[in-house]
Amino acid sequence: MSERDIEELKKLLKGALAPKSDSELCRDLWPAMLQRLDARPVLVPWWDWALLAAVIAVICFFPGVIPALFYHL
Amino acid sequence: MDVAERFAAGDPEAFEALFRQYQGEVFRWIMRIVRNSAAAEDLTVETFWRVYRAQARFRPGAGSFGGWLRRIATNVAIDHLRRSRIEVPLPDDLGTSASHPGEQGEMRRQILRALGKLSPRLRGTVLLALVEEEPYEKIAQALGVSVSAVKLRVFRGVRILRKELSKAGVHP
Repeated sequence: MSERDIEELKKLLKGALAPKSDSELCRDLWPAMLQRLDARPVLVPWWDWALLAAVIAVICFFPGVIPALFYHL
Repeated sequence: MDVAERFAAGDPEAFEALFRQYQGEVFRWIMRIVRNSAAAEDLTVETFWRVYRAQARFRPGAGSFGGWLRRIATNVAIDHLRRSRIEVPLPDDLGTSASHPGEQGEMRRQILRALGKLSPRLRGTVLLALVEEEPYEKIAQALGVSVSAVKLRVFRGVRILRKELSKAGVHP
């Protein structure tokens, strides 16, 4: 395949698809960006997950602690 | 201290200043790849969202903010092509097909179909290199690859396109 083949294909593509290099942004996107920043998902710290995992593990291995757990809740 | 340095230092006002300065440029760059203005707007916001999250990884001394931003924008645009590959490729281009009636319109559809056969990364490279005629150096920087890798991708893309177009009876 030669440079000529590439040039021919380029001509064909450009005939079918207009270049978009002159596209202009019609509106300010900062409000959308602010919305995105405000909608940040709540991040749960890793130690909260670790604590939850520890509680589940204790309940699984020592079911007898469940009444004590309810008592403290 | 310039705006990019202030951004790297965690100044939220610097992020807004950079957003306002670069949003148009990012939109135009993404538009060249995804060719759909509504998607390009969403992806511009997505790009800056990734920039915001990657703030700690930006090193002002290691390269320009613009170059780093274009690389993120390119990844975002290619991710979009990956997701929307099966659905409707290049919607803005398909939307104007009414202005190309008959045989010409059919050829256009075949070209779009052939482009849809390319992987998102190849398609993005082919669009930037052949339709938008961006310099290979700029494309290489945006994709985070060497210039020879871009040339190879264009070569592979052209070969696949020629094959697909020949199958459809379109000969460049």
